[in-house]
Amino acid sequence: MEIPYTTELRPDTGVYNAKLGIWLFLASEVMLFGALFSAYILLRVGAPPGLWPHGWLDVRLGALNTVLLATSAITTLLAWAACKVRDFGKFRFFHGCTILLALTFLGIKSYEYHDKWIHYEVQLKDGRIADGHLVEQNDQAVVLHGRYVTDEKDLYDLRAQKDIQLGEITIDRASIKKMENYAPKHNTFTAIYFTLTGLHALHILGGTCVIFYFWAFGGSMWRKDPERFTNRVEVSGLFWHFVDLVWIFLFPVLYLT
Amino acid sequence: MSDSEHHVDLNQYIRRCGMVFVVVLCALGLMIYASYLPNVGWPAKVTIILAIAVCNAFVVASFLMHLLTEKKMIFTVLAFTVVFFTGLVGLTLWAMHDLPAGTAVH
Repeated sequence: MEIPYTTELRPDTGVYNAKLGIWLFLASEVMLFGALFSAYILLRVGAPPGLWPHGWLDVRLGALNTVLLATSAITTLLAWAACKVRDFGKFRFFHGCTILLALTFLGIKSYEYHDKWIHYEVQLKDGRIADGHLVEQNDQAVVLHGRYVTDEKDLYDLRAQKDIQLGEITIDRASIKKMENYAPKHNTFTAIYFTLTGLHALHILGGTCVIFYFWAFGGSMWRKDPERFTNRVEVSGLFWHFVDLVWIFLFPVLYLT
Repeated sequence: MSDSEHHVDLNQYIRRCGMVFVVVLCALGLMIYASYLPNVGWPAKVTIILAIAVCNAFVVASFLMHLLTEKKMIFTVLAFTVVFFTGLVGLTLWAMHDLPAGTAVH
């Protein structure tokens, strides 16, 4: 059975069906991320003064990921343009680059997650707080690479503090009142950070799988119906650009403000 | 992206992509610079940074997604999206201070 309007334009909409479909899907995605951004604004504005983190995320890694994603958006567009000029070799080259860039993005994101996962805040019975990355732990003691603070507010605005001295500190387990890593449950910032970036990373992963499918198994459709294949690449490209757009707002909101 | 019958010149696309990439890099640099500006309040910083991000997003949507040359149907979908998105964020912010009578704020 012939599927209608896969390549020719539908008279009433002026576009082929898949394009209208992806735009409707992207509209629903805007609402999904919009709800989460609204949640972020509520949490951010509602936070008590001095108790919202600044400088917890590495701006250099975030900026690098921005560059990677922008580059991948460009290679996606060029892959589509290569299909339009009927050059399958260039299509595979550009989409291969897209896949590599996307995997690098996910690798950096995983590193950032791991960095938060091994970052601990240890409240001591004497009122001090030890904060730093876990080096090792056993039944008797916990070793962190970090520092002691007396006021919890000192842990929040890292940008305002100059010359933070970090060192290896050993904490006796008997003196620990509470010990918690910077996982989503740590506070509202980590909760919304992991939710927003995790959902975004899932979109990256899904988009990468689709692009990989076209890259690896698209040859047969390319030979049978290149125009239809080109439209598929275009639709997946629109999704990829949307994911890039989301990151364009995620980076400044989470890393810079 | 553009219509399926649209003619494509790959070299022209590569040049256009180069320009978009430079714009994205400039926007990224400006956002980071703005975030470290001394003697600027948090609301002003957020406004500047988000304004740059909006410009950046406009460039990406216009040139990489070919939104400038899209059909009316796509703009109709986007118009509805803008209305619903504005309602979603606006109602949420509006309700932020709409506390039940007798609520104690600490």
